[in-house]
Amino acid sequence: MGYLMIRFLLNDNEITLEEINPNISLLEYLREELYLTGTKEGCASGDCGACTVVTSKLGVNKSSLQYEAVNACIVPLGSLHGRQIITVEHLQRGESLHNCQQAMVDNHGSQCGFCTPGFVMSLFSYLKNNEKPEREKILEALGGNLCRCTGYKSIISAAFSMYQDYISDQFDASKGATIKKLERIKNEDAPAFLLAKNQQYLMPRDIRELCKLLDEYPEARLVAGGTDFSLEITQGLKKFETLIDVLNVPQLNSIYENNGHIIIGAAVNLTDAKATLVNLQPNLTELIERFGSLQIRNRGTLGGNIANASPVADMPPVLIALNANITLMKMDSERTIPLEDFFTGYKKTQLMPQEFIKDIQIPMSTRHLFLRAYKVSKRIDDDISSLCAAISIVREEGLIKEARIAYGGMAEVPKRAEICEKSMLGKTWSEVTIEDAMTRIPQDFSPISDFRATAGYRLSVARNLLKRYFLEENRSDNEKFRVTHYAS
Amino acid sequence: MPLKTEKMLEERSNPEVSVDKSNSKVGVPLKHESATAHVSGKAIYVDDHPEPKQTLHAYVGLSSIAKGHITRIDLSQVEKAEGVVSVLTLSDVPGISDIGPVYPGDPIMVNEGDVVEFHGQVIFAVAAKSYVLARRAARLARITYEIHEADHALEKSLKKKQFVRPAHEQTRGNVAIALKNSTRMLSGELNIGGQEQMYLEGQVSLCIPTECGGMIVHTSSQSPTEGQRLVAEVLNVPMNLVTVDVRRMGGGFGGKETNANQWACIAALLARKTNRPVKLRLARVDDFIVTGKRHPFKSRYKVGFDDNGLLTGIEIELAASCGMSADLSDAIVDRAMFHSDNAYFLPHAKIVGHRVKTNTVSNTAFRGFGGPQGMVAIEHIIDDIARNVGKDPLSVRKINFYNKEKKRDITHYGQKIEQHIIPALVNRLETTSDYWKRKAEIKSFNSKSELLKKGLALTPVKFGISFTVKHMNQAGALVHIYTDGSIHLNHGGTEMGQGLFTKVAQIVAHVFDVDTGVISCSATRTDKVPNTSPTAASSSTDLNGMAAKNAAEKIKDRLVMFAMAHFSVCKNDIQFLNGRVLIGENRYAFKDFIMLAHINRISLSATGFYRTPKIHYDRKTGKGRPFYYYANGAAVSEVIIDTLTGEYKVTRVDICHDVGTSINPALDIGQIEGAFIQGMGWLTSEELVWDSKGKLTTNNTASYKIPAISDTPISFNVELLPKSPNVEATIFHSKAVGEPPLMLAISIWSALRDAISSISNYRISPRLDTPATPERVFTSYELVRKQICGTD
Repeated sequence: MGYLMIRFLLNDNEITLEEINPNISLLEYLREELYLTGTKEGCASGDCGACTVVTSKLGVNKSSLQYEAVNACIVPLGSLHGRQIITVEHLQRGESLHNCQQAMVDNHGSQCGFCTPGFVMSLFSYLKNNEKPEREKILEALGGNLCRCTGYKSIISAAFSMYQDYISDQFDASKGATIKKLERIKNEDAPAFLLAKNQQYLMPRDIRELCKLLDEYPEARLVAGGTDFSLEITQGLKKFETLIDVLNVPQLNSIYENNGHIIIGAAVNLTDAKATLVNLQPNLTELIERFGSLQIRNRGTLGGNIANASPVADMPPVLIALNANITLMKMDSERTIPLEDFFTGYKKTQLMPQEFIKDIQIPMSTRHLFLRAYKVSKRIDDDISSLCAAISIVREEGLIKEARIAYGGMAEVPKRAEICEKSMLGKTWSEVTIEDAMTRIPQDFSPISDFRATAGYRLSVARNLLKRYFLEENRSDNEKFRVTHYAS
Repeated sequence: MPLKTEKMLEERSNPEVSVDKSNSKVGVPLKHESATAHVSGKAIYVDDHPEPKQTLHAYVGLSSIAKGHITRIDLSQVEKAEGVVSVLTLSDVPGISDIGPVYPGDPIMVNEGDVVEFHGQVIFAVAAKSYVLARRAARLARITYEIHEADHALEKSLKKKQFVRPAHEQTRGNVAIALKNSTRMLSGELNIGGQEQMYLEGQVSLCIPTECGGMIVHTSSQSPTEGQRLVAEVLNVPMNLVTVDVRRMGGGFGGKETNANQWACIAALLARKTNRPVKLRLARVDDFIVTGKRHPFKSRYKVGFDDNGLLTGIEIELAASCGMSADLSDAIVDRAMFHSDNAYFLPHAKIVGHRVKTNTVSNTAFRGFGGPQGMVAIEHIIDDIARNVGKDPLSVRKINFYNKEKKRDITHYGQKIEQHIIPALVNRLETTSDYWKRKAEIKSFNSKSELLKKGLALTPVKFGISFTVKHMNQAGALVHIYTDGSIHLNHGGTEMGQGLFTKVAQIVAHVFDVDTGVISCSATRTDKVPNTSPTAASSSTDLNGMAAKNAAEKIKDRLVMFAMAHFSVCKNDIQFLNGRVLIGENRYAFKDFIMLAHINRISLSATGFYRTPKIHYDRKTGKGRPFYYYANGAAVSEVIIDTLTGEYKVTRVDICHDVGTSINPALDIGQIEGAFIQGMGWLTSEELVWDSKGKLTTNNTASYKIPAISDTPISFNVELLPKSPNVEATIFHSKAVGEPPLMLAISIWSALRDAISSISNYRISPRLDTPATPERVFTSYELVRKQICGTD
């Protein structure tokens, strides 16, 4: 395997790193090595957005650039290989502020100013990705940026007014050049492995290499988006010697159809998976848009959300309700198991040493039309669920034919409400059946009390979400059953 | 450039130049002075300073128990750790080691044999070559404890009568008799949660040793002078060897009033010990654990009233969870008591404030400073009364307002309300928000909607302005005019985003009638303006604006005197107008006139000073006039709740707020919107949870949820009360704005109760402790539902 360097563009300057500490984040690199202190650290855990920067990568059709806002505090520096990084320092042209900056000034969108560079970068990313300002989309784009001073109204106004007189910017002007530079980095790429002082940041280019590396470095940690993993470094202060980055393994990064299934690679991020999932069931939009923040969804992967085996992860209940399987791979062997069997205990899974999740397979079925998913948390934006429910009750001619009801936050693993499900099979689709099923929830679950919610609340709401499901399935089109259906 | 000669300057006078009308910038919505720097990433915060050569990074080692004796501190692994240069324990402190700001009780660190009083108390510090190495090393200490049972819950400590300070009482009339004679009586209680300041920039200090044992301290602090005093005290040097420098903070909200000191002191001690610059920056999770928060309170009340809901007598007991030490708790609980009337006349009243000691971090200042807790306590009572007498809460509020005509205009602590803003302001808001029509629509919606219920509430705010500690109501400023006509401005206030520097610059610009662009406001420094009060109590523009005006006017007076003598004109012939100075027929550019004055040896530098008049308070009698004036406002909030889950949304907010004559309406509206949303966070999603051992479990941004962008209501209308100058002689008859609007958010909490109460046809007043998380709303709703099922 070749020894190569990490190469990326900082604005339009190509940077080559011959040595890299796998534990260093993009934020530390910007602030401490480049003295670009405009990007701030607010939490070092991806929860406040103060460190938001924008990365661009080659789009699918190669003639475009895909701009993504990310939290620099939890992006491993190595994973920027082949990308462009744009920070708040790069937006200004001479004395003239970028539209997204000027709009913040004009609308009094900054007070203490500490969150401001992060907001500016999220606004910049929005401007790059959207033809026009729309309130709901703006809120989605800025949901991962916390401001403690303004109350956000002035920032929302700025998001609208940045479109005034905006035609194009310097990034559009240099787009062709940027694409060329990124293509060159990509084409000159032999497998990129960075080996320095007993530290490795390894970036396999296909699944065979990945398997081989896992075999060679049995202690290595796999990292995809790093949104959860990075906290072990920034909060846990751990030091890793070898990281294997899977973002460039094509087999883990593709979405395709095969044999009646939609196959989503484990390293596909939530932003990219969104379209596919929403296509299966439009009802999933709200849940996915409330999964972390846009910055997190731009990095966090479906496989990561599963592999972490967090009891409060939002995607496993949905995927379990969709009857998804996952394929686990290790060297030359592969095995496919139902996702619901993957979790074996609190943060424990069936994954064996050197084994990894290859992909997730969702059967294509009209049954998905019966699925609804609910997230209940203290805050609407960017919060971890107190509980999450994915409910699919398939009816035929007024009778319940199949029920897949999965909850997060109700047990030590994402788990189906089996007793509850069984109680309704073959019964009439009616309030009586649902009311009866609701009473079974305590037989299925004994949740814990923690700072997010008490056990009693979790049980009550888990019950009531079945009722909500029933009412929503039976409602007339314009009836609103959730407060989130009221405009923000 | 050679100095221009006097003659050349005098010849520059151009009588032909037409001078526009005044260019006064007071009352204009100027942008924040740092706005451009903010959006371009060029604004420098402490951690952004280029680090001086050899800078070390400090970190602190914390206790892992909430109460007990330290039997042994073993730092051998810390000392051996990679990159470590020095460790620091209490034994290394050359000076005073208690950094309590008002009363002792806040040891800078605790030593072997000492008592730990909360989980996360600082035991030692370490300086290493990098931030990460220092943090890693700090985790390697082996501390042995003899663990005692911790009392971290307010209720338990209150029962045990553990206090950090004695109780204070304010009484008027005879409450016992008033209650006895009342037609109706109610009693109740409310638990009011605390709040983490969650400034986006965490605590940070960079200390650079100077010659003679001194120290330059760059810190993110609202109290440069207090920081200076404490750094001097721990180092055992006079204050004149310590300079504290604060250019700006990435948010403060009270959390950097006393709570910035410890980190500055520890960094200074390590800088002294190593003779190298030392930076100490707290990681977010530790910032949550080791710094004080808004005090959680418990309020208990007994109230008497008539069939219309008119208050006849009231007894309120307010108990604050102060944490392990007094810090500012005395003044905070006092302020809660001063605001337990809010806008209502309490004919017979007894207000008692307890300062309860708990084994938690010492709670501290947070925007509102006790006022919010006192206010939510009385609004809770008013809502309860309204449901008891079957009236709309707004009607009950209105009949209880302070009223000049009825001579119901003296507070329970003896201050006369001199400017009655609230009644007219509330009438105005009632109309602009369409309160009654919407109330009717909501009732109709609720009767048809089984699962979703709406609520609406209007609550007022009357907030007293002044530090209740009299001597703190003073400020200083320093103004220089340089020979190119540029003006350098310093004052004792610090910039934390509120726009203080902008407003004070506007004031100085007004004095000389020059453009604010001529004025540069640099870092607040203790060697420029000494002996300052913290930037707090909403009063920084009032105090520092006046001091700066005083300094500017001193220079202006000298300039006028000079012009009179030099040009042999009368005072009335001299005018500063729109960047020019008009002297008889002469019209000078401001900068030319300044140079002329300089050549004629006129001093162009002055200090200014201000102290607030009229205020006094006697704690023995609980009577006085603690506040120079009151800032007022009111808000109408509408919410919708989901009775299946307790989730809710604020759908519309209308605010009318009194800032007197605004110095900068854009900044004032920014303060109102921001404070409102912050207050909303306090009352809704921001929940502090401690585990059974007294450890804070909501200790980061993942677990502690401040409002995010979708929480901002789609319809959010903020109006400054027009044509309402402050009757007191404040700076341009403006009013303070920092804290008062935070309490407007009580309307949201009140609206949530309204929505829950709707299922009882507004007969039952639901218990809804704060923060009203979805779970609390759900639990409250369920209780009411069960009550109805039980009684119906």
